[in-house]
Amino acid sequence: MSDKVAMPDAPAIRTHRLTRYFGRRAVVRDLDFAVPRGSVVGLLGLNGAGKTTAIRMLMGFLEPTRGTCEILGHDSRHLTPQTRCRIGHTVEGHFLYPWMRVRECERFSRQTHSSWDGAMFEQSVRRFGIDTAAKVSWLSRGQRAGVSLASTLAANPELLVLDDPALGLDPVSRRALNETIVEFSEGGDRTVLLSSHLLEDVERVADRVALMVDGRMLVDSTLDDFRSRVAAWVVNTDDDPIARHPIPGLVHCRSLGNRWLVTVADPTDLSREAIEGLGGGVQQVDVSFEDAVLAYLSRSRVDHSFFTGAAS
Amino acid sequence: MQIRVIPGSSAAIYRQIADQVRRAVVSGDINVGDAMPSVRVLAKELVVNPNTVAKAYAELIRDGVLETQPGRGAFVAKRRSVFSKAERLRRLDDALDTAISAAVTLDFSAEEILARMQSKLEQLM
Repeated sequence: MSDKVAMPDAPAIRTHRLTRYFGRRAVVRDLDFAVPRGSVVGLLGLNGAGKTTAIRMLMGFLEPTRGTCEILGHDSRHLTPQTRCRIGHTVEGHFLYPWMRVRECERFSRQTHSSWDGAMFEQSVRRFGIDTAAKVSWLSRGQRAGVSLASTLAANPELLVLDDPALGLDPVSRRALNETIVEFSEGGDRTVLLSSHLLEDVERVADRVALMVDGRMLVDSTLDDFRSRVAAWVVNTDDDPIARHPIPGLVHCRSLGNRWLVTVADPTDLSREAIEGLGGGVQQVDVSFEDAVLAYLSRSRVDHSFFTGAAS
Repeated sequence: MQIRVIPGSSAAIYRQIADQVRRAVVSGDINVGDAMPSVRVLAKELVVNPNTVAKAYAELIRDGVLETQPGRGAFVAKRRSVFSKAERLRRLDDALDTAISAAVTLDFSAEEILARMQSKLEQLM
């Protein structure tokens, strides 16, 4: 592990009651969230949950309506070019000029960065199987992602902010993307914020999970904590069990034919009693990471959230 | 030893890694004194977060399956019991419960299961 950490305690990203309205609609609400330095955070949420809006405020592209956000210790609204050079950011869709060749893309990006690691660029494009003489317009979506990632990594950033980089990628490019993230983060002092819908990939490469529903952050914790604090039971009953019976910590209740899957966060003795009181044969079942995330995402209004939080 | 991880399963990835190492030690696939790949190398090979591999190794070291030699990494340790009698019994019960319920589901009688287990034990010991 490298010991070259500027401010070991300061998180790479920190928001305080960050809020943004578009018209009368709150897209991001009271976000208190922190990304510890050296972590890989999977930012999860349905489309429209506010992930991209939050990222745009973090990067200083969008003014918050209220609240503050800091990135690498600086207020996002007043980032200097020097600070920006330490952040690598890819946008959804990986925009590149279609008439450029890959080599020209590299030259173009190189001019806007003070440091450039040509070997890193070569290594990254090779991983995605890209010929540097090819025109961008000839490339597949996965290969375009590769070029955009290679240009971002060659600038040697401390913090990588990837907005849905895996969208529409083929399996080979997906694997290349995951490998790139693991290698980027392996030294333990570089940070990644990764927004994604691919739960299996997030489970692989991330060590923390941040989950947004309707503009709010409902989960901000390590992956293992998140898993171990969500429990589920299968209940044999015909009618909706929660209609009769409030269950403390309930996240989601889903019908499985004539049985119900009841998912609870931080179950207490009260929750267990309530569930056992449902009768009709109750059985606790294993919860995978995907199950736990889906339980949160399936309900737009969850009244239970937890933070083991770097922010708290 | 070939470790494979499957995201999306009910076992966390660090648990999958730890269980496969344990199994490889018990089955003789890796032997006492064999060097384990470093956390970085295994993380890269499996394409998983290095902290996940570190967590699996930490558990295996705590349970005495692996041991570290300063500056040289992790090695398969001599088998020694690090658990109390009660904990060993609990783990034995866990393992037997799984095997017995599978066997009963397959419609074997108690005698058949016992005989089979006896012959397996004789092969191993």
